[in-house]
Amino acid sequence: MSLLEIENATLRFGGLVAVDNVSLQVNEGEVFALVGPNGAGKSTVFNLISRFYDPAEGSIRFDGKDLLKHTADQVPGFGIARTFQNIELFEQATVLQNLLVGRHRHRTTGLLSNIVFSPKAYREELRHRAAVEEVIDFLNLQPYRDKMIGGLPYGVRKVVELGRALASEPKLLLLDEPASGLSVEETQDMAFWIEDIQTQMGISVMMVEHDMGLVSAVSGRVMALADGKELATGTAAEVQSHPVVIEAYLGTGEISKTGTSRA
Amino acid sequence: MRFVFKTSYDADISLFKHRAQAVWYGLLLLLVLATPLYFVLIGDAYLLGEITGMLILAIAGMALMLLTGHTGLPSLGHATFMAFGCYLNINLLGAGLPWLIAFPLSGLIAGALGTMIALPVLRLHGVYLALATLAMSILTSDFVVIAEPWTGGIAGAAVPDINIFGIEINRYSTPYKFYYLVLAVAILMVWFYRNLLRTPTGRSFTAIRDSEISARAMGINLTRAKATSFFLSATTAGLAGALFGHSAGYVTNETFDLVMSITLLLMIVIGGLGFIHGAFFGAIVVGIIPVAIANGRTFLSTTFDVNINVPGLESALFAFILVCFILFEPMGLYGRWLKIRTYFELFPFYRKDMFKRQKSYLKTDRVQ
Repeated sequence: MSLLEIENATLRFGGLVAVDNVSLQVNEGEVFALVGPNGAGKSTVFNLISRFYDPAEGSIRFDGKDLLKHTADQVPGFGIARTFQNIELFEQATVLQNLLVGRHRHRTTGLLSNIVFSPKAYREELRHRAAVEEVIDFLNLQPYRDKMIGGLPYGVRKVVELGRALASEPKLLLLDEPASGLSVEETQDMAFWIEDIQTQMGISVMMVEHDMGLVSAVSGRVMALADGKELATGTAAEVQSHPVVIEAYLGTGEISKTGTSRA
Repeated sequence: MRFVFKTSYDADISLFKHRAQAVWYGLLLLLVLATPLYFVLIGDAYLLGEITGMLILAIAGMALMLLTGHTGLPSLGHATFMAFGCYLNINLLGAGLPWLIAFPLSGLIAGALGTMIALPVLRLHGVYLALATLAMSILTSDFVVIAEPWTGGIAGAAVPDINIFGIEINRYSTPYKFYYLVLAVAILMVWFYRNLLRTPTGRSFTAIRDSEISARAMGINLTRAKATSFFLSATTAGLAGALFGHSAGYVTNETFDLVMSITLLLMIVIGGLGFIHGAFFGAIVVGIIPVAIANGRTFLSTTFDVNINVPGLESALFAFILVCFILFEPMGLYGRWLKIRTYFELFPFYRKDMFKRQKSYLKTDRVQ
């Protein structure tokens, strides 16, 4: 059964069609990857799901509910968590506090009980902290637990962002370039984690990634986009060898022909 | 250096990090409780009045700290909410309500009015929000003049004495009682503030300060959280305003002017943005400067027969101090204290860039 269904979504910025009539399904328990050259509209698709942008046409349904009827801050409530391409962490807070913000959708206490720190608020805090500690354990973040984000290396921040998304206990995890800027070892760790997230936690993953090694290692289905249009969908190997995809990445070869004729 | 071995979630949740810290704050509490004794001994309560004034400023500072330091929304108009609180308090007391009801009620109504003003203004960001609140602050004294039936207009209004179950409290005739009352309100506010910061509400505020987009992606309703922060801030400022009225005894349209708003902002920047301590440190600096100038003048004229009467000396000194802090210590006094403490804790391994900030508090001064 498909968890996320996007049908004929189109988004225009003025004259530019950023997402052009894209349809896709993410099934429960699968890892789905979006690939494509820069400016293909991959992150824009994420921003459509997150409801940061309104599509001009089309529909987005998650778990049978129409996401377009809800605002950006209601989306996490359905069980969609995300990371950002250019890490968007809370810099003036510790790793622990960042992960706790990820628990916001499970908040049950109101302002008043927070201010007086009622027993209910205390019990809620204990629950949040127990859940967050599991994430810290899973991602090996113990050494950085009480460190400020501002002073952490890039690779760790990437992991913290993944942790913050996981802390919300989502059904669908949107990862925007999880391996960009990571070293080979860090990318391997990321691949293991994504696999564990899928197999052990049963969370569906949708990711945008340029590293084809990571994509082919973890994803079941891959969709290639270029100029906002779908080029091909299939397994990583199928998409990589698809002629239209190769053309989008490497060009048609006509330029190199003129190059050789001149030489 | 102290390493805290955390064995339960309580270690992270509790108000004090470890027992030694609790002891230090206990000693501080004893000190502030015992302060009036000194003034009883010397038989002169003038300076106690100044200390009470600092505490009131610190409460107002906490109000602004919550909004600017923790939610990242600058306000140059917090004197307006103090004015709301002060005049509401006067009128509610005048209507015959007991102080214990009139005082909190004036804060809450000030908070509600503040939120009503805030809702349209909160669509603005950074410098534009600061400008909108600045305009509000400039309008305040005019509104006080216009609303003469409630505020006494230019002639001003006298603030009734506090009466709690028959105990009369007046700043001049019973300075000690007034000090303890203000202290109790201040401690209660600190406790509320600390609770806020260790629960989801406070975390949603700091999340908005650091990244609005990811706060939204975590499910935080920006408008609601910002309005909540504004409500709490305006309520606290209203309470501080009510106490300020009791402390001044008589308020006019010039009491809660633009200078007051700017002083509050100055206070929290000098004290250290983003720390509750900052509000108190800032209030101490702002409270000490006028006293220091007055004493310095007296000293110079009596000892050396030199008379300095430069108008605007206070404002100039404030401005100079503010510029120095922004240039040399953007983290404020509390930040400086943290750095000194870390230096000794880690000696000799302290590095200069340990407290380096990646981003600043206001979105507008971020380099994209």
